[in-house]
Amino acid sequence: MQLTYLIRRLAFLVFVVWSAITLLFFLPRLSPINPVRERFAELQRSTGWAPRDLERLVKVYEVKFGLNKPLHEQYLEYMGSLLRGDLGYSIMRYPRTVGDLIAQALPWTIGLLTVTTLLTFAIGTGIGALAAWPRSPQWVKGMVTPLVVLAAIPPYLLGLLLIYFVAFRAKLLPMGGAYTLGRFAEPELSMPFLLDVARHAILPALSLILSTVGFWALGMRGMGVTVQGEDYVTFAEHKGLDLSRIFYAYYVRNAILPQVTALALAFGSIVSSGILVEYLYGFPGLGSLLNAAILANDFFVIYGIGLITILAVAVSMMVVDLLYPLLDPRIRYTRA
Amino acid sequence: MTANAMPVLRVRDLRVTYYTDAGRVAAVNGVSFDLAPGERLGLVGESGCGKSTLALALMRMIKPPGRIESGSAVVRTAQGEIDLLTLDEAAMRKVRLSVISYIPQGAMNALNPVLRVEQQMLDALQAHMPQMPRREMLARAEAALESVELSRDVLRRYPHELSGGMKQRVCIAIGILLSPRVIIADEPTSALDVVVQRQVMETLRRVQEQLGASLILIGHDMGLMAQVAHRVAVMYAGQFVEISPVHAMFTQPLHPYAQALIQSLPRLENRGVFHGLPGMAPSLLRLPSGCAFHPRCAYVMDACRREAPPTVSTPDGRLVQCYLYAAAKEGESAAMQERASPQPQEGMRA
Repeated sequence: MQLTYLIRRLAFLVFVVWSAITLLFFLPRLSPINPVRERFAELQRSTGWAPRDLERLVKVYEVKFGLNKPLHEQYLEYMGSLLRGDLGYSIMRYPRTVGDLIAQALPWTIGLLTVTTLLTFAIGTGIGALAAWPRSPQWVKGMVTPLVVLAAIPPYLLGLLLIYFVAFRAKLLPMGGAYTLGRFAEPELSMPFLLDVARHAILPALSLILSTVGFWALGMRGMGVTVQGEDYVTFAEHKGLDLSRIFYAYYVRNAILPQVTALALAFGSIVSSGILVEYLYGFPGLGSLLNAAILANDFFVIYGIGLITILAVAVSMMVVDLLYPLLDPRIRYTRA
Repeated sequence: MTANAMPVLRVRDLRVTYYTDAGRVAAVNGVSFDLAPGERLGLVGESGCGKSTLALALMRMIKPPGRIESGSAVVRTAQGEIDLLTLDEAAMRKVRLSVISYIPQGAMNALNPVLRVEQQMLDALQAHMPQMPRREMLARAEAALESVELSRDVLRRYPHELSGGMKQRVCIAIGILLSPRVIIADEPTSALDVVVQRQVMETLRRVQEQLGASLILIGHDMGLMAQVAHRVAVMYAGQFVEISPVHAMFTQPLHPYAQALIQSLPRLENRGVFHGLPGMAPSLLRLPSGCAFHPRCAYVMDACRREAPPTVSTPDGRLVQCYLYAAAKEGESAAMQERASPQPQEGMRA
């Protein structure tokens, strides 16, 4: 029973990923811009170098990237190379490969966004749970309102404010980047470097946390209000249990279930949720890379990052589906 | 009132008020009663009359905007007398379940859906006797389940894997885990079908008798009360209007409200003819002056409108809150006695 469920769930995962990639493949192609020509135009603007035979050069590179073939052939070819694990070459940074670019940017994004997502989940859920708990002091219950106001401000705007006040005026923290470029030639695994990275990450993390923690708090408070009035919470008190045991095992344990689903979704959108903030802080993650790729119409980099995003969402959803029975015993996959 | 001189629970002038935006609601308005060892007291009354508030007040589970205004509720235990209403929070937590326990309507969701029955029973034991080894706790839990006729493998189940009747039995098993002196069962069978209702009630009665605990049974079901209770208390607008032994209550109710309540029951003799209660239950926000029942009472007098009637105890150990019997006791107004009671032979003897 469990095994057939797992197989069905995997098949569904493959289907979701395939259809999302297909959609993603055709979307950027709707644009009339030719990325190869753009690349040379860009080169010309920045260096003043004008190739004598631009059209032939464009043709050569179109053949190189396979852009000269009909769209459906390109699609089949791309799917074929994906199956071989080949993400292709970047157009804007040729001859670097997409895989190489992503491998360089991914750790930064995962580092920043995993930490912020987990922190926001923990802080927001904690505040929301306390806000709905009848015995909390009044000031705790009132905390949700300012957080929801903050949640109405987009993270990049919050980021701008933080940069202005904290980094520019007060000069407490660096304005951007992932580490001090003059001090370290390239990333290394040493204490000073990690501390430097942490210092650079505080502001981007703060803009992401402050702008989303309100949603978590609001969601948890909503569930908490329902659960704290349930008979089993009252009966637990009738049994003479300690308040802390009632709080965790009877109240939070039941109210947190929808939050866990939301956490998985949030993990899935790790790549996309930080794009603007990464760009704002010049943070060398996937968000900045995707931004550059979209500006340059670099199909293959867009596809590559898109693929990662899709995989992240689909896999985390599947993991939640598989973990949910452990959290909620009422859910069991027993369909024949 | 009862033959037994030493009551297990002695409640005096208990008052609970809810402070709502619309005003103060006197949900329990001066209730006094004694509960004898092993006694089963049925508590009936229409919705909103204060039955459940009374139960919650005894468990000290009244939450704001409600407040226990005054009164005492003294439980006699082996260790001495405890006034439930003056204990601090921590001490009250220890008393819950071990001295006075509450059995909720368990068929719905009184059990935590994400914990196994075992864990929910161990939680209760752990809270009261943290030193007890786990094996012993499990043995206790198993014994409790056995006494409510459930097998031990129920321990490993989640609430959603149990039927309504089984869930109610688990709630009873939890309620008796620590052999309390007083058990309050708040409509323990109202969500079950009649057959299961009867079986569960039998079980509750049996374990209560085995423990020698006293039982306060709250409910609407007069038939159930007739089968189970020793005495029945009728509550109206936050007050006990009558407490009588079960047989007397059903054959010769004294208070006009109790009379109307009993008359509204279907009987074999008067098939098809039911007498409903005229008027509506009063809003507790705006109680009538004097006796709260006077606007609906067939025997209303001037005094009833002016001042609340005294509680009269009859020679045969019944309590009734009504001027009809106050007057009768003083030997006045024979004409009124005539008018007052459809069963003049009982309660009018003085």
